[in-house]
Formats: sequence, C-alpha cells, structure tokens
Amino acid sequence: MSRIRDDYENSLWNRLTRWVDGEADPFAGKMEMEHLRETNYIGDSVYNPDMLDREKIAQYLENTKKNTEMRAFRILYSLTSVALCLLLIAVLLLAVSWLPVLGDPNGPNNNEVSARYIEKGMEESGAVNMVTNMILSYRGFDTFGETCVLFIAATCVIVLLRKKEEKIENARETDWQYEPRPDAILQKITLLLVPVIFLYGFYIILNGHLSPGGGFSGGAVIGAGLILYVTTFGFHKTQRFFNEKIYDRIKVGALSLYSITMIYYFYTGANQIKNAIPLGTPGDILSSGMILPINIFVGLEVACTMYVFFALFRRGGM
Amino acid sequence: MNVVQNFPCFSIVLCMVAGILSTPMKGKDAKRMTLTAVTLVTLMSLVTLLYVVSTGESFVYTMGKYPAPWGNEIRAGILEAMLATVFALVMLCSLLGGMDHIFRTVEEDKVNLYFILADLLLSSLLAIIYTNDLFTGYVFVEINTIAACGMIMIRRSGRSLIAATRYMVMSLIGSGLFLIGLAMLYDITGHLLMENVHESMERLVEAGQYQIPLLVIISVITVGLAIKSGLYPFHSWMPDAYGYSTISSSAILSGLVSKSYIILLIKIFYRVIGFDIIVRSKIVNVLFVFGLIGMVMGSVSAIMAKDIYRMIAYSSIAQIGYVYMGIGLATEAGMVAAVFHILTHAVTKSLLFLAAKGLNDASGHKRIFPALQGAAFRNPLAGAAFLVGSLSMVGIPMLAGFISKLLFAVAALGAGSNKVLITLIVLAVSTILNAVYFLHTVIRIYTPVQTPREFTNIHVRMSMGAVAAVYCLIILNFGMGLMSQPLTDLIQFGIEMFA
Repeated sequence: MSRIRDDYENSLWNRLTRWVDGEADPFAGKMEMEHLRETNYIGDSVYNPDMLDREKIAQYLENTKKNTEMRAFRILYSLTSVALCLLLIAVLLLAVSWLPVLGDPNGPNNNEVSARYIEKGMEESGAVNMVTNMILSYRGFDTFGETCVLFIAATCVIVLLRKKEEKIENARETDWQYEPRPDAILQKITLLLVPVIFLYGFYIILNGHLSPGGGFSGGAVIGAGLILYVTTFGFHKTQRFFNEKIYDRIKVGALSLYSITMIYYFYTGANQIKNAIPLGTPGDILSSGMILPINIFVGLEVACTMYVFFALFRRGGM
Repeated sequence: MNVVQNFPCFSIVLCMVAGILSTPMKGKDAKRMTLTAVTLVTLMSLVTLLYVVSTGESFVYTMGKYPAPWGNEIRAGILEAMLATVFALVMLCSLLGGMDHIFRTVEEDKVNLYFILADLLLSSLLAIIYTNDLFTGYVFVEINTIAACGMIMIRRSGRSLIAATRYMVMSLIGSGLFLIGLAMLYDITGHLLMENVHESMERLVEAGQYQIPLLVIISVITVGLAIKSGLYPFHSWMPDAYGYSTISSSAILSGLVSKSYIILLIKIFYRVIGFDIIVRSKIVNVLFVFGLIGMVMGSVSAIMAKDIYRMIAYSSIAQIGYVYMGIGLATEAGMVAAVFHILTHAVTKSLLFLAAKGLNDASGHKRIFPALQGAAFRNPLAGAAFLVGSLSMVGIPMLAGFISKLLFAVAALGAGSNKVLITLIVLAVSTILNAVYFLHTVIRIYTPVQTPREFTNIHVRMSMGAVAAVYCLIILNFGMGLMSQPLTDLIQFGIEMFA
C-alpha cells in the first residue's frame, strides 16, 4: 500500500507529469515570468531610473571603506594595468634593441624603393620636394585615404558637438556672447598678424612642391590664423566671411575636385593611358602636374577642419 | 586591360565620392545616394567575382602611374571579390532593414552624416579587403575605426556615448599595436608591399636574422587586430556597442567591421609573414585557446543577458571565438572553415539584428524578454526571420550555420592530435549553449501572451525595403546552407591564391 507524500504537489514526478501534459507553462513560474509590473519599463531602457536610488547605490559602491570588494578590485586593477604596461614597454624596448641601427647605409630600408624616390622623383613627378613627390604622387592613394580620415574625423566631431543654431542663440550662459573682447592690444596685433599668417599659409601651400611644406602644414597655418581671428573678434564677425554654408561649399568643392583628380590619375595610370596633365619644368611655380592642385585642395580641407574643430568645441556651431 | 579590372578601384572611390557629396544634402537625398552607391558596389563586386572565377587567377591594379613597390596597388582574387560582394550586399540589407530606425533615432539634421559614415565605412571595408600594401591597410583601418565609432555614437543616448568611448579606447589600443608592428616590420624588411615583405621575410628566416623582433612583430600585430575584432578577453566593448546603437549600425558593426580585421589578419598571415612562419611561432595556439574560451564564455553571457539586443551581441563574441578557433587549428581546412564562418556570421547576425528590431517594434519598443512574448504573432515576418537566424546560428541542417559547424568539426579532425578532442568537446558544448539561449528566445516569441498589455494588439508592418532586406538575408542563409560545396571550393581556391 502506497502512501501519498505530503508534499506531492511539489515533487519532481508531479511537476514532470504536469509539464508533459501541458498543464504547466515551462516558462511560467520561477524563471522570469513574474507578471510584468506595469510601471517598470519606460521607453527603450531596461531600468527605470525612478526605481533605483542611484545616488545611494553609487555612494555605497564608491565608499571603499565599506565596500572591501571594490577596494580590492581597484587595487588589483591598477596593479595589473601597471604591470601589463611595464611588460609591454619592456618587450617593445627589447625588440627595438634588436632592430637595425638607424641610418645604416646597408640597412634593409635603404633599398631600391627609396633609391628611386630620390634619384628619379624629380624627373618622374616634377616636384623638387622629394617628400611631396612621394606622398602625393607615388603613394597618392594612401594620402587620399589620409585626407578622408580627416574628413571623417570632422564628420564625427560634427555628429558629437553640433547643436541647432536656435539652441546656441538661446543659451544665455555661454561666454562667446560677450565677444569681441574689449582688448585693444590684442585686436591691433591680430589685425597686423592675421594677414601675414594667411599669406604665409598660402605660401607654404603654393610652394609645397618646391620647398618643405605642402597642403597639410599650410592648411594648419591658415587654420591657426582663422582661430586667432575668431578668438579676437568673435563669432559674429567671423560668420560674415566664414559660416557653415561656406564651410560646406569649400569642403565639398575641394574634396570632390581632389577625388576627380585622383580617379583620373588612377584610371590613366592603371590603364597606361597618357596623363594629360603637363609636368612643366621642375622648379617653376606652375609645375609638377597634379601635385600643386592637390596641395591646394588638401590645404583648404585642412584649414577648414582645424577651424571647425575649434568652433565646435567652443560654441557647438560655426 | 579588361574594363572589369577597374571595378575594385572604382567601387572604393565611388563610396568615398558618395560620402563627400552627401555632406551638403538632406537626409533623404543622402539616403538615396548611399543606397545607389552600395547597390552599384555590390554589382561591380559580383562582376569582379565572376571575372576572377572565369580567368582563374588574381590580378593587381596599380593605383596610379607607378608600379608596385614604389606606388600603391590593390589586388583582387577570388576570396577578395567574394568577400567584397557579400559585405556590400549585407551592408545594403542592413541599411534597408534599419532605415526607419535610423530616421527615428538620429537627429533630423544629422541623418545625412550617418550616410557619410556608412559610405566611408564601406569604402574602408573594401580597401581593407583589396589592399596589397600594408600601409594602405593601416590607413583604411583608421577610417574604419573612426567611422564605426561615429556610427555608434550618432544615436546620442547616454549608453551609446559610453559604448562609443569604450569602443574607441579599445580600438585605438589595437590600432596602436598594429602600427607599432608595421613600423618594426618595415624596419627589418624595408618594404610595405605584401609580396616584397614576404620575400625578405623568407630570406631573414633562412638566415636566422632578427628572430626576436620578428616574434614581437607577429604577436603585436596579431594581438592588435584581435583586440579590434573583439576576441574574448578584449570583448567588453561589444555588448554595449551592439546593444545600444541604431540597428543598422549594430548589424554592420557585428557582421562586417569586426570581420574585416580578421580578414586583414588572415591576409597578413598568408601573404606577408607566411603561414609556416606563423605556425612555427605558436601564435596560432594562443588564438586557438582564447577562441575556445570565447566560444563558451560568450554563450554563457548570452544566456544571462536580459534583453534581446545584448543577447545577440554576446552571441557575436562566441562567433568571433569560432573564427579564431578555426584559424588556430593551423590547417588549411581550419582556415576555410573560419572564412566560411565569417560569411555565415555576416549574413546571419545582420538578419538576427533586423529581426530583433522588428520584434521590438511589435512590443512597444521594449527590449526585455518578458515584453517580447508573442511578438512573432504580432510581426510574423520578423518572427520567421528570427527563427531562421537562430536555427542557423545553432547549426540546424539546410542552413548556413550547420555547414560552418560541420567544416569546423571536419577541420578539427585533421588538426594536430592534441587539438582534436578539445575542439570537438568545446564545439559540442558551445552548440548546446547556443541552442539554450536562441531557442529560449524563439519559444518566448512564439508563446501566446497570457496577460494582455497595451502593445499586444499592435500589428507591425515592416517597410518594403525592410521586407526585401529580410527576405534577401533569409534566402542567402538557405543558399549558403544548401549550396555550400561550390562556395567552400571557391574559398579554398581563393586561399590557395593568397600564397
């Protein structure tokens, strides 16, 4: 004679038969099937901030006196990261000490590649400046990619920092509203300096194929001049000649002309069609084929990007 | 020179131009332009693939007037063209499928910026796939990183900003290590072109020179790229980055971006350093071990995840583990399985993200599991898509995931004796864990609701583009599952072409 267990309801067998018979929902019950609490979920987020007293929890967690686990973890974490960094430094230094000596004439990187850049660069690409030859002509694709890096970095900063114009206008607390600064010395000196800086920047860009310099460095100089101007005379005055519309036009214009030049260069080069851009006499200001226009495009893009970084970080708009 | 040989270069530059021209446009126009560009790239890559298959050999394309060691060049073989085709297609599907989510979650005046990021991301993916030059590879890795970061943070909710910061930090550590490795590699070989580096590398190994720097270079490059692709101990950025960005970004990031670094790594293994040297350096064993740990740990975290996006994100960690395990087997069969799994995962994970978004829309935009109950009845297509994706990830026959698991198992049997048993056991355990969390969700979405809530009578209709994207991905999944033999043959042929 069998005896019914007192807790038959909870026995394994009973639960199994009920599950097999389909009386019990396998998900109902223990797992996470407590009925939804209606107020629990707001929008897309998992946690309702009202439900948790965040500050209290944070205080408790941050209080390392009470929270020994946290303290142990922090100590361990910093020790491990320092140890890992030291290890990495040691390994890299060890590797560097085994590398070939810098400037060794018989070293592996003094080979036919650099020889051609030095010996034939001027006659093949037309620029006196070897470095410009190499980055804009021989390895033009890499530099085109590098310019795109700049373009996409500017795009990301805009994504992160650009505010709507009316939002900026409404912000009362920002100090740029008190511009221009009432500083006569700064303004006079800026008026003297800015034209010279711009001129020097254009000089670096336009002489990029003749002397050290080029689009990247010249553009940075012009960008610095713009930043000096805007710090002295304020955004309202700068917006008269440089605002978002003009920025977009310059950027799109320069980059699309650059892309067209590069597509033409790639296509003619790979299909062995004669490149119609004349090389000119090395040493002349109008020489070196496509290098001069590319320097101008890159310079414009770099100058705009420098200024835009500054304006976005300072004001959230141009 | 055949016209088709221009197509790889054209598709890279086309994406860049589309991105540049999107700058002054309104969101809608930028969308049209991007979709056109991505479609064209897909078609061009397909034609390139057919061309390469018909000629049976790879070709190099000089980017400019000067031949290779002096100028830049790109190279297209079967594997490159195939990856480009699949990547562009998955990109197109992800953008189409998440289009309404992009317009909903991104601020109105920044929608065109999203498409700039997407265009440049695709161009960098293509350039990483096609590149034959290490430094070109690095430049486009940089574009890829910045664009991916922007695509995470463009949603501008608190968590996606944190996720973007984390992603940027981890990814830049990876880039830095990779760049250090490249600089040292250039220092000891004097070249950046892959073939030339490989030649001098063989000479150095034969002469026994520079053994210590070589070991450091191999490990620094491998670890750098492994961090960027999210191999197990470096995975902490993944769940947030995939879980809280707009859905197209999640699909693209998990399906394509992290894979592109693995492809670059495989290229470096085969074409730059030489697979024998890699195997002798034992770095593959490190990848193997962490791949195995990742396979299990990713799945365990996925089981414990409380919302559907994070679950899919954790599943990605496990799948990256699979790929590295395949590479770590150090055989050609393992490499074929790894590449096949890259394709499988690209196709399936984007499908799962799109399906999860459809289910989420049908549940009042709530993402936790209890709210998703019965969602498959409210949005049947998304439910079916999630079912197909889950079954494929678990490895049910007729679907792509089954083939990759089969290939992994067969490859494991051919690997060195001490790797056979552990691989098979972990493969089995990981499959069961996959089944636990995926089927748990499938049962959940197909369980009718007991307590009606305000959103349970929503019936969502997906947009035409999203429907097309989901169907396309489902068909791709079945296609890869049912016609796997020609595909694996092509991959094998492509890898042989590498050497």
